[in-house]
Amino acid sequence: MSEISAEQVAHLANLARIALTDEEIQHLTTELGQIMQAVEKVSEVATPDVPPTSHPIPLRNVMRDDVVGDTVLTTEQALAGAPEHDDTRFVVSAILGEEQ
Amino acid sequence: MSDLIRLSAAELGAKLASGEVSSVEATRAHLDRIAAVDGAVHAFLHVNEAALDAASDIDRRRAAGEELGPLAGVPIAIKDVLVTTGMPSTSGSRILEGWIPPYDATPVRKVREAGMVPLGKTNMDEFAMGSSTEHSAYGPTHNPWDLDRIPGGSGGGSAAAVAAFEAPIALGSDTGGSIRQPAHVTGTVGVKPTYGGVSRYGSIALASSLDQVGPVSRTVLDSALLHDVIAGHDPLDSTSISDPWPSMAEAVRRADVSGLRIGVVKELDTDGFQAGVRSRFHEALELLERNGAEIVEVSTPNFEYAVAAYYLIMPAEASSNLAKFDSVRFGLRVTPEGGGTVEQVMAATREAGFGPEVKRRVILGTYALSAGYYDAYYGSAQKVRTLVQRDFDAAFANVDVLATPTAPTTAFRLGEKLDDPLAMYLNDVATIPANLAGVPGISLPAGLAPEDGLPVGIQFLAPAREDARLYNVGGALEALLVDRWGGPLLNQAPDLSTHELKATEEGVV
Repeated sequence: MSEISAEQVAHLANLARIALTDEEIQHLTTELGQIMQAVEKVSEVATPDVPPTSHPIPLRNVMRDDVVGDTVLTTEQALAGAPEHDDTRFVVSAILGEEQ
Repeated sequence: MSDLIRLSAAELGAKLASGEVSSVEATRAHLDRIAAVDGAVHAFLHVNEAALDAASDIDRRRAAGEELGPLAGVPIAIKDVLVTTGMPSTSGSRILEGWIPPYDATPVRKVREAGMVPLGKTNMDEFAMGSSTEHSAYGPTHNPWDLDRIPGGSGGGSAAAVAAFEAPIALGSDTGGSIRQPAHVTGTVGVKPTYGGVSRYGSIALASSLDQVGPVSRTVLDSALLHDVIAGHDPLDSTSISDPWPSMAEAVRRADVSGLRIGVVKELDTDGFQAGVRSRFHEALELLERNGAEIVEVSTPNFEYAVAAYYLIMPAEASSNLAKFDSVRFGLRVTPEGGGTVEQVMAATREAGFGPEVKRRVILGTYALSAGYYDAYYGSAQKVRTLVQRDFDAAFANVDVLATPTAPTTAFRLGEKLDDPLAMYLNDVATIPANLAGVPGISLPAGLAPEDGLPVGIQFLAPAREDARLYNVGGALEALLVDRWGGPLLNQAPDLSTHELKATEEGVV
């Protein structure tokens, strides 16, 4: 199960939107294989009769009325940290490439 | 060294209340100390230029007769994982360099409302991923006991700041031990509250089902006082517990271990722990026993699988949480040569803005969550989480608190484990189970390891919502140990003044 190929790591990097270099991919392929081998230990005790836990403290979902709250940011505040904006919106580069 | 910086937060608060000292004097003394030693320690990523203004505001309010809390006017250091208005918040990452958030994290808002004076933001492993601060994009923090050694992580900056007397008290965050393990290696106190006890609003998330904000200090009472300030329900955090909390400070003041049943976790009392760590641990237990506590051995067979489960759950949640760093709303943007689509800009930004450990965990988490592997990895890890909780439930049916050494070794040398991620991950073997189960934990100094003279911590764990038990046993043990040592453990730390001119140049922002 822990056999991980460089192609798989390249695919994961693409899914995670990180433009890894070839060198990083090689390095991570080795490391991920080692780490997965260590963490696979969980399967020794994770038998079908054990229910999974997603959250440490049992909680009920929290709902509120669908109205504007009192802690909303102004447009200016929301844009203050953006790399690029036009005073009303975030600015990004093209969503589609030329071939699309 | 100014006497003001040697005071505990509680002592300083009392002097401020009586008018013997002003907050401006106390704040200036700490800023002077930071200027003198932080070149060598590098606990801070940013020092707050507005600190003296905040201090003089508190002095004015006190002079006007305003009713103020016990920590009003006391300076505090804030881990850079918490967002702050007026101060950059980077979470130790290049991708957020220089970002000034438009709001305060709830724990930050609460310490400001309590009249505390933020001194600045402390160094940490990037996005809290690490046990040594060596994964900070801005260079490591150095342990005040030995500047060639790690201060623990991820909250090494907050722990080193209080250990080096640069701040009396600090805020930290703990996902797998990031408050408790730095406390262990720096001879300080750190508490991870019950999950949901302190709001996570404005804490830059690593793993949302594990993260918890908590206090870092030199004394158990100081952590309790800060815990009382930051705890409580917050409608802005949907996992915030709505129950009221008893006073933790009161638990310390009434500390008494007679009749307390303390369970020693058999699986975390083995040869895998350094000899001096174990000997100080057992001496502390004997001291508690002589003072009326009952020591019982307990078994938690599934703790053995906790680290493996953690290194699936945490990267899985992190890979999802870190998707927000997309070069659109905040932080860095890197455009590939010749331009590119928004996706290519995103990938180039994340390649340039994330360090190696962050990339490692994001890729690992993406893998653990991917189709075909989800059940085998993430699903199995969630089952282990159930088993670890069952171990805690069984143990707490028989004892009031559990005790373990906080971490397997004393502070190791900077660089020693940097190239071996698996060895680094094992630092958290004793702290991770509490995060998986959401239960609270404290680490406090137990002494120095005879073989290397470095600090050793002891950890106590309590059932969820029973944080006050930690302050009871911690307060009692601290009083007994300080009595035995003839003063706080940090009195034995080397004087940093000889290092004042040896300022390290790397990474000071």
